[in-house]
Amino acid sequence: MSIALSMTVNGQHVTGTVEPRTLLVEFLRETLRLTGTHVGCDTSQCGACVVLLDGCSVKSCATLAVQCQGASVTTIEGLANGATLHPMQQAFNDHHGLQCGFCTPGMVMSAVDLVRHTPDPSDADIRKGLEGNLCRCTGYQNIVRAVQAGARAMHTSGGG
Amino acid sequence: MYAFEYHRPSSIDEAVALITSDDIQFLSGGQTLIPTLKQRLAMPDALVDLGGIEALRGIRREGDHVIIGAGTRHAEVAASDTVAGAIPALAHLASQIGDAQVRNRGTIGGSVANADPSADYPAAVIGLGATVRTNRREIAGDDYFQDLFTTALEPGELITEIAFPIPEVAAYAKFAQAASGYAIAGVMVARMPGGAVRVGVTGAAPYALRATALEVALAADFSPAAAKAVTISADGLNSDLHATPAYRAALVSVLAARAVAACGG
Repeated sequence: MSIALSMTVNGQHVTGTVEPRTLLVEFLRETLRLTGTHVGCDTSQCGACVVLLDGCSVKSCATLAVQCQGASVTTIEGLANGATLHPMQQAFNDHHGLQCGFCTPGMVMSAVDLVRHTPDPSDADIRKGLEGNLCRCTGYQNIVRAVQAGARAMHTSGGG
Repeated sequence: MYAFEYHRPSSIDEAVALITSDDIQFLSGGQTLIPTLKQRLAMPDALVDLGGIEALRGIRREGDHVIIGAGTRHAEVAASDTVAGAIPALAHLASQIGDAQVRNRGTIGGSVANADPSADYPAAVIGLGATVRTNRREIAGDDYFQDLFTTALEPGELITEIAFPIPEVAAYAKFAQAASGYAIAGVMVARMPGGAVRVGVTGAAPYALRATALEVALAADFSPAAAKAVTISADGLNSDLHATPAYRAALVSVLAARAVAACGG
Protein backbone atom coordinates (compact mmCIF):
# COMPACT_ATOMS: atom_id res chain seq x y z
CA MET A 1 0.00 0.00 0.00
CA SER A 2 1.42 3.40 -0.93
CA ILE A 3 -0.17 6.74 -0.21
CA ALA A 4 0.27 10.09 -1.96
CA LEU A 5 1.34 12.62 0.61
CA SER A 6 1.18 16.39 0.49
CA MET A 7 2.31 18.79 3.18
CA THR A 8 4.12 22.05 3.78
CA VAL A 9 7.70 21.76 5.01
CA ASN A 10 9.60 24.90 5.97
CA GLY A 11 7.12 26.94 3.99
CA GLN A 12 7.48 24.90 0.79
CA HIS A 13 4.71 22.70 -0.58
CA VAL A 14 6.05 19.16 -0.89
CA THR A 15 4.60 15.90 -2.17
CA GLY A 16 5.72 12.31 -2.08
CA THR A 17 4.57 8.73 -2.04
CA VAL A 18 5.01 6.84 1.20
CA GLU A 19 4.08 3.55 2.78
CA PRO A 20 1.81 3.79 5.85
CA ARG A 21 4.73 2.66 8.02
CA THR A 22 6.99 5.52 6.86
CA LEU A 23 7.80 7.69 9.86
CA LEU A 24 7.71 11.46 9.51
CA VAL A 25 11.44 11.54 10.24
CA GLU A 26 12.10 9.04 7.44
CA PHE A 27 10.09 11.16 5.01
CA LEU A 28 12.02 14.28 6.05
CA ARG A 29 15.46 12.70 5.93
CA GLU A 30 15.22 10.14 3.15
CA THR A 31 12.67 11.62 0.75
CA LEU A 32 13.24 15.33 1.28
CA ARG A 33 16.93 14.93 2.25
CA LEU A 34 16.44 17.29 5.21
CA THR A 35 19.01 15.54 7.36
CA GLY A 36 19.18 18.16 10.09
CA THR A 37 16.48 16.23 11.93
CA HIS A 38 18.36 13.42 13.68
CA VAL A 39 17.51 9.93 14.89
CA GLY A 40 19.36 9.20 18.11
CA CYS A 41 17.46 6.21 19.45
CA ASP A 42 15.08 3.46 18.48
CA THR A 43 12.64 3.96 21.35
CA SER A 44 11.27 7.51 20.89
CA GLN A 45 13.00 8.69 24.04
CA CYS A 46 15.92 10.88 22.92
CA GLY A 47 14.20 13.85 21.22
CA ALA A 48 16.88 14.40 18.54
CA CYS A 49 14.08 14.16 15.95
CA VAL A 50 11.84 16.91 17.34
CA VAL A 51 10.17 19.10 14.71
CA LEU A 52 7.25 21.50 14.82
CA LEU A 53 4.02 20.01 13.48
CA ASP A 54 1.41 22.72 12.96
CA GLY A 55 3.46 24.79 15.43
CA CYS A 56 3.73 22.17 18.21
CA SER A 57 6.91 20.24 19.00
CA VAL A 58 6.56 16.52 18.29
CA LYS A 59 8.86 13.54 17.93
CA SER A 60 9.00 12.88 14.21
CA CYS A 61 10.06 9.29 14.98
CA ALA A 62 6.79 8.68 16.84
CA THR A 63 4.60 10.14 14.10
CA LEU A 64 3.68 8.48 10.83
CA ALA A 65 4.19 10.59 7.74
CA VAL A 66 0.60 9.80 6.67
CA GLN A 67 -0.67 11.35 9.90
CA CYS A 68 0.75 14.66 8.66
CA GLN A 69 -1.29 14.81 5.46
CA GLY A 70 -1.95 18.50 4.75
CA ALA A 71 0.00 19.63 7.81
CA SER A 72 2.72 22.24 8.17
CA VAL A 73 6.10 21.03 9.41
CA THR A 74 9.08 23.12 10.47
CA THR A 75 12.48 21.46 10.79
CA ILE A 76 15.78 22.88 12.02
CA GLU A 77 16.53 23.85 8.40
CA GLY A 78 13.48 26.12 8.44
CA LEU A 79 14.47 28.29 11.38
CA ALA A 80 17.28 30.43 10.00
CA ASN A 81 16.55 33.43 7.84
CA GLY A 82 19.07 33.00 5.03
CA ALA A 83 22.52 33.32 6.58
CA THR A 84 21.09 34.78 9.80
CA LEU A 85 20.57 32.15 12.47
CA HIS A 86 17.32 32.03 14.43
CA PRO A 87 17.84 33.71 17.85
CA MET A 88 17.64 30.31 19.55
CA GLN A 89 20.28 28.83 17.24
CA GLN A 90 22.50 31.86 17.80
CA ALA A 91 22.06 31.51 21.58
CA PHE A 92 23.20 27.86 21.46
CA ASN A 93 26.24 29.05 19.52
CA ASP A 94 26.97 31.98 21.85
CA HIS A 95 26.56 29.99 25.08
CA HIS A 96 28.28 26.80 23.99
CA GLY A 97 25.01 24.89 24.36
CA LEU A 98 26.42 21.88 22.53
CA GLN A 99 29.48 19.72 22.24
CA CYS A 100 28.99 17.02 19.62
CA GLY A 101 25.82 18.72 18.37
CA PHE A 102 23.86 15.56 17.63
CA CYS A 103 20.98 16.37 19.97
CA THR A 104 21.03 20.09 19.15
CA PRO A 105 18.40 20.23 16.38
CA GLY A 106 15.86 18.61 18.71
CA MET A 107 16.93 20.78 21.64
CA VAL A 108 16.49 23.94 19.57
CA MET A 109 13.08 22.91 18.21
CA SER A 110 11.83 21.99 21.70
CA ALA A 111 13.20 25.26 23.07
CA VAL A 112 11.42 27.29 20.38
CA ASP A 113 8.13 25.56 21.30
CA LEU A 114 8.81 26.08 25.02
CA VAL A 115 9.28 29.83 24.56
CA ARG A 116 6.00 30.00 22.63
CA HIS A 117 4.17 28.82 25.78
CA THR A 118 6.52 30.29 28.38
CA PRO A 119 8.02 33.54 27.06
CA ASP A 120 10.27 34.08 30.08
CA PRO A 121 11.18 30.59 31.28
CA SER A 122 12.91 29.94 34.59
CA ASP A 123 15.65 27.31 34.92
CA ALA A 124 13.01 24.87 36.19
CA ASP A 125 10.69 25.66 33.25
CA ILE A 126 13.52 24.98 30.82
CA ARG A 127 14.55 21.71 32.44
CA LYS A 128 10.93 20.55 32.46
CA GLY A 129 10.42 21.80 28.90
CA LEU A 130 13.44 19.81 27.72
CA GLU A 131 12.50 16.60 29.54
CA GLY A 132 12.00 14.91 26.18
CA ASN A 133 15.48 15.77 24.89
CA LEU A 134 18.57 13.85 25.95
CA CYS A 135 22.14 15.15 25.65
CA ARG A 136 25.08 12.86 26.27
CA CYS A 137 27.79 15.55 26.37
CA THR A 138 27.01 18.78 28.09
CA GLY A 139 25.41 18.13 31.44
CA TYR A 140 22.69 20.56 30.33
CA GLN A 141 24.04 23.64 32.16
CA ASN A 142 24.95 25.52 29.01
CA ILE A 143 21.83 24.32 27.23
CA VAL A 144 19.70 25.89 29.97
CA ARG A 145 21.71 29.11 29.71
CA ALA A 146 21.38 29.09 25.94
CA VAL A 147 17.61 28.63 26.06
CA GLN A 148 17.26 31.46 28.56
CA ALA A 149 19.31 33.76 26.34
CA GLY A 150 17.48 32.52 23.24
CA ALA A 151 14.13 33.30 24.86
CA ARG A 152 15.23 36.87 25.59
CA ALA A 153 16.61 37.27 22.09
CA MET A 154 13.36 35.96 20.56
CA HIS A 155 11.45 38.78 22.30
CA THR A 156 13.97 41.37 21.13
CA SER A 157 13.93 40.16 17.56
CA GLY A 158 10.20 39.49 17.56
CA GLY A 159 11.11 36.08 16.13
CA GLY A 160 9.18 32.99 16.97
CA MET B 1 8.30 -1.90 11.60
CA TYR B 2 6.21 -4.37 9.67
CA ALA B 3 4.06 -3.12 6.82
CA PHE B 4 0.38 -2.42 7.44
CA GLU B 5 -2.58 -0.87 5.68
CA TYR B 6 -3.82 2.55 6.76
CA HIS B 7 -7.26 4.11 6.92
CA ARG B 8 -8.17 7.64 7.93
CA PRO B 9 -11.95 7.82 8.46
CA SER B 10 -13.72 11.08 9.23
CA SER B 11 -16.54 9.73 11.39
CA ILE B 12 -16.90 7.43 14.39
CA ASP B 13 -19.26 5.09 12.49
CA GLU B 14 -16.84 4.81 9.60
CA ALA B 15 -13.93 4.10 12.00
CA VAL B 16 -15.77 1.37 13.84
CA ALA B 17 -16.90 -0.26 10.58
CA LEU B 18 -13.26 -0.56 9.51
CA ILE B 19 -12.44 -2.83 12.47
CA THR B 20 -13.28 -6.11 10.76
CA SER B 21 -10.76 -8.33 12.58
CA ASP B 22 -8.69 -8.53 15.75
CA ASP B 23 -5.64 -7.62 13.67
CA ILE B 24 -6.92 -4.14 12.85
CA GLN B 25 -6.23 -1.50 15.48
CA PHE B 26 -7.23 2.07 16.20
CA LEU B 27 -4.43 4.66 16.12
CA SER B 28 -4.92 7.79 18.21
CA GLY B 29 -1.89 9.91 19.21
CA GLY B 30 0.40 6.94 18.63
CA GLN B 31 2.85 7.77 21.42
CA THR B 32 2.69 4.21 22.73
CA LEU B 33 1.54 2.38 19.62
CA ILE B 34 4.11 3.72 17.15
CA PRO B 35 7.14 2.92 19.38
CA THR B 36 5.55 -0.51 19.95
CA LEU B 37 5.31 -1.06 16.19
CA LYS B 38 8.91 0.10 15.74
CA GLN B 39 10.02 -2.55 18.23
CA ARG B 40 7.94 -5.12 16.33
CA LEU B 41 6.07 -5.90 19.52
CA ALA B 42 2.83 -5.59 17.56
CA MET B 43 2.08 -6.32 13.93
CA PRO B 44 -1.44 -5.23 13.03
CA ASP B 45 -2.72 -5.79 9.48
CA ALA B 46 -4.09 -2.26 9.40
CA LEU B 47 -4.39 0.89 11.47
CA VAL B 48 -7.51 3.02 11.62
CA ASP B 49 -6.27 6.56 12.31
CA LEU B 50 -8.72 8.46 14.53
CA GLY B 51 -6.91 11.77 13.95
CA GLY B 52 -9.34 12.95 11.29
CA ILE B 53 -12.48 12.59 13.43
CA GLU B 54 -13.50 16.02 14.72
CA ALA B 55 -16.29 14.51 16.85
CA LEU B 56 -13.66 12.96 19.14
CA ARG B 57 -12.06 16.31 19.99
CA GLY B 58 -12.91 18.92 22.53
CA ILE B 59 -13.55 19.75 26.16
CA ARG B 60 -16.82 20.99 27.59
CA ARG B 61 -18.57 21.41 30.90
CA GLU B 62 -22.01 19.89 31.33
CA GLY B 63 -23.52 20.69 34.72
CA ASP B 64 -21.42 18.96 37.35
CA HIS B 65 -19.20 17.13 34.85
CA VAL B 66 -16.28 17.95 32.59
CA ILE B 67 -16.49 15.96 29.34
CA ILE B 68 -13.28 15.36 27.42
CA GLY B 69 -13.32 13.95 23.90
CA ALA B 70 -11.20 10.83 23.47
CA GLY B 71 -9.02 12.46 20.81
CA THR B 72 -8.12 15.43 23.01
CA ARG B 73 -4.38 15.74 23.47
CA HIS B 74 -2.72 15.85 26.90
CA ALA B 75 -1.38 19.36 26.21
CA GLU B 76 -4.92 20.55 25.44
CA VAL B 77 -6.24 19.17 28.75
CA ALA B 78 -3.29 20.71 30.61
CA ALA B 79 -3.94 24.14 29.04
CA SER B 80 -7.75 24.08 29.15
CA ASP B 81 -9.42 26.88 31.10
CA THR B 82 -12.51 24.70 31.45
CA VAL B 83 -10.51 21.91 33.07
CA ALA B 84 -8.41 24.29 35.17
CA GLY B 85 -11.55 26.02 36.42
CA ALA B 86 -13.50 22.89 37.34
CA ILE B 87 -10.88 20.20 38.10
CA PRO B 88 -7.43 21.81 38.38
CA ALA B 89 -6.04 18.46 39.59
CA LEU B 90 -6.87 16.96 36.20
CA ALA B 91 -5.10 19.76 34.30
CA HIS B 92 -2.10 19.28 36.60
CA LEU B 93 -2.12 15.53 36.00
CA ALA B 94 -2.16 16.05 32.23
CA SER B 95 0.78 18.47 32.49
CA GLN B 96 2.83 15.72 34.21
CA ILE B 97 2.43 13.06 31.51
CA GLY B 98 5.58 12.00 29.65
CA ASP B 99 7.31 15.00 28.11
CA ALA B 100 6.16 18.04 26.11
CA GLN B 101 6.33 16.20 22.77
CA VAL B 102 4.33 13.24 24.07
CA ARG B 103 1.74 15.66 25.47
CA ASN B 104 1.46 17.38 22.09
CA ARG B 105 0.49 14.08 20.40
CA GLY B 106 -0.87 11.67 23.01
CA THR B 107 -4.61 11.58 23.68
CA ILE B 108 -6.72 10.81 26.72
CA GLY B 109 -8.69 8.14 24.86
CA GLY B 110 -5.53 6.45 23.69
CA SER B 111 -4.09 6.40 27.19
CA VAL B 112 -7.26 5.07 28.79
CA ALA B 113 -7.78 2.45 26.06
CA ASN B 114 -4.17 1.27 26.38
CA ALA B 115 -4.47 0.95 30.19
CA ASP B 116 -0.75 0.98 30.88
CA PRO B 117 -0.39 0.12 34.56
CA SER B 118 1.88 3.16 35.05
CA ALA B 119 -0.10 5.71 33.03
CA ASP B 120 -1.45 8.80 34.80
CA TYR B 121 -5.01 9.20 33.46
CA PRO B 122 -6.25 5.91 34.96
CA ALA B 123 -5.70 7.40 38.44
CA ALA B 124 -8.07 10.23 37.49
CA VAL B 125 -10.67 7.91 35.95
CA ILE B 126 -10.74 5.91 39.21
CA GLY B 127 -10.08 8.74 41.66
CA LEU B 128 -12.78 11.03 40.28
CA GLY B 129 -15.22 8.21 39.49
CA ALA B 130 -15.34 9.06 35.79
CA THR B 131 -17.52 7.38 33.19
CA VAL B 132 -15.94 6.02 30.01
CA ARG B 133 -18.33 6.60 27.11
CA THR B 134 -17.97 4.46 24.01
CA ASN B 135 -19.73 4.11 20.69
CA ARG B 136 -21.87 1.43 22.36
CA ARG B 137 -22.40 2.26 26.04
CA GLU B 138 -21.25 3.96 29.20
CA ILE B 139 -18.76 2.13 31.43
CA ALA B 140 -18.30 3.14 35.07
CA GLY B 141 -14.67 3.92 35.81
CA ASP B 142 -14.71 1.42 38.69
CA ASP B 143 -15.58 -1.39 36.25
CA TYR B 144 -13.34 -0.29 33.40
CA PHE B 145 -9.77 -1.37 34.29
CA GLN B 146 -9.59 -5.15 34.64
CA ASP B 147 -5.95 -6.24 34.44
CA LEU B 148 -2.58 -5.38 32.94
CA PHE B 149 -3.38 -3.57 29.66
CA THR B 150 -6.86 -5.09 29.92
CA THR B 151 -10.09 -3.12 30.05
CA ALA B 152 -13.82 -3.66 29.76
CA LEU B 153 -13.65 -2.57 26.10
CA GLU B 154 -14.84 -5.21 23.65
CA PRO B 155 -13.19 -5.81 20.27
CA GLY B 156 -13.99 -2.90 17.97
CA GLU B 157 -15.41 -0.76 20.77
CA LEU B 158 -14.20 2.85 20.63
CA ILE B 159 -13.95 5.32 23.50
CA THR B 160 -15.66 8.52 22.36
CA GLU B 161 -15.36 10.66 25.50
CA ILE B 162 -14.76 10.54 29.22
CA ALA B 163 -17.03 12.27 31.72
CA PHE B 164 -15.35 13.44 34.95
CA PRO B 165 -17.56 14.46 37.90
CA ILE B 166 -16.39 17.78 39.34
CA PRO B 167 -15.06 17.24 42.87
CA GLU B 168 -15.20 19.68 45.74
CA VAL B 169 -11.43 19.40 45.88
CA ALA B 170 -8.89 17.00 44.38
CA ALA B 171 -5.16 16.60 43.84
CA TYR B 172 -2.83 14.19 42.09
CA ALA B 173 0.60 13.27 43.41
CA LYS B 174 2.97 10.93 41.66
CA PHE B 175 6.44 9.52 42.06
CA ALA B 176 7.71 9.53 38.50
CA GLN B 177 10.29 7.25 36.98
CA ALA B 178 12.99 9.78 36.16
CA ALA B 179 13.66 8.78 32.56
CA SER B 180 10.16 8.02 31.28
CA GLY B 181 7.95 10.14 33.53
CA TYR B 182 5.69 7.14 34.08
CA ALA B 183 4.25 6.76 37.57
CA ILE B 184 6.10 4.30 39.80
CA ALA B 185 3.03 5.15 41.85
CA GLY B 186 0.48 7.93 41.41
CA VAL B 187 -2.47 8.81 43.60
CA MET B 188 -5.52 10.96 42.87
CA VAL B 189 -7.41 11.99 45.99
CA ALA B 190 -10.81 13.61 45.56
CA ARG B 191 -13.44 14.81 48.01
CA MET B 192 -16.72 14.86 46.17
CA PRO B 193 -19.71 17.13 46.88
CA GLY B 194 -21.45 15.52 49.85
CA GLY B 195 -18.16 14.54 51.45
CA ALA B 196 -17.41 11.13 49.93
CA VAL B 197 -13.67 10.60 49.44
CA ARG B 198 -12.26 8.68 46.49
CA VAL B 199 -8.66 7.55 46.09
CA GLY B 200 -7.46 6.30 42.69
CA VAL B 201 -4.06 4.63 42.46
CA THR B 202 -2.00 3.99 39.34
CA GLY B 203 1.46 2.48 38.91
CA ALA B 204 1.33 0.37 42.05
CA ALA B 205 -0.79 -2.57 40.85
CA PRO B 206 -1.32 -4.29 37.46
CA TYR B 207 -4.20 -1.90 36.85
CA ALA B 208 -5.55 1.30 38.39
CA LEU B 209 -7.78 0.73 41.37
CA ARG B 210 -9.38 2.38 44.40
CA ALA B 211 -7.54 2.37 47.71
CA THR B 212 -10.53 1.77 49.95
CA ALA B 213 -8.53 1.77 53.20
CA LEU B 214 -7.37 5.29 52.38
CA GLU B 215 -10.89 6.35 51.41
CA VAL B 216 -12.26 5.19 54.79
CA ALA B 217 -9.48 6.90 56.74
CA LEU B 218 -9.79 10.16 54.79
CA ALA B 219 -13.58 10.22 55.03
CA ALA B 220 -13.15 10.26 58.82
CA ASP B 221 -10.23 12.69 58.86
CA PHE B 222 -9.20 14.45 55.64
CA SER B 223 -5.62 15.12 56.68
CA PRO B 224 -2.15 14.14 55.45
CA ALA B 225 -1.47 12.45 58.79
CA ALA B 226 -4.55 10.25 58.40
CA ALA B 227 -3.39 9.17 54.94
CA LYS B 228 0.15 8.47 56.08
CA ALA B 229 -1.12 6.33 58.96
CA VAL B 230 -2.78 3.87 56.56
CA THR B 231 -0.72 0.76 55.84
CA ILE B 232 -1.22 -0.51 52.31
CA SER B 233 -0.74 -4.22 51.70
CA ALA B 234 2.05 -5.05 49.26
CA ASP B 235 0.24 -8.21 48.13
CA GLY B 236 -0.19 -8.25 44.37
CA LEU B 237 1.60 -4.95 43.79
CA ASN B 238 4.01 -4.52 40.89
CA SER B 239 7.65 -5.48 41.13
CA ASP B 240 10.22 -4.28 38.61
CA LEU B 241 13.70 -2.78 38.46
CA HIS B 242 12.34 0.54 39.71
CA ALA B 243 10.59 -0.54 42.91
CA THR B 244 9.58 -3.52 45.04
CA PRO B 245 5.95 -4.14 46.03
CA ALA B 246 6.71 -3.01 49.60
CA TYR B 247 8.23 0.24 48.32
CA ARG B 248 5.20 0.89 46.14
CA ALA B 249 2.86 0.15 49.06
CA ALA B 250 4.69 2.73 51.17
CA LEU B 251 4.59 5.23 48.29
CA VAL B 252 0.81 4.99 48.01
CA SER B 253 0.27 6.26 51.57
CA VAL B 254 2.94 8.93 51.22
CA LEU B 255 1.57 10.16 47.88
CA ALA B 256 -1.98 10.15 49.23
CA ALA B 257 -0.76 12.32 52.10
CA ARG B 258 0.91 14.70 49.63
CA ALA B 259 -2.26 14.85 47.56
CA VAL B 260 -4.36 15.65 50.64
CA ALA B 261 -1.87 18.36 51.58
CA ALA B 262 -2.16 19.77 48.06
CA CYS B 263 -5.95 19.81 48.54
CA GLY B 264 -5.39 22.08 51.52
CA GLY B 265 -6.63 19.27 53.84
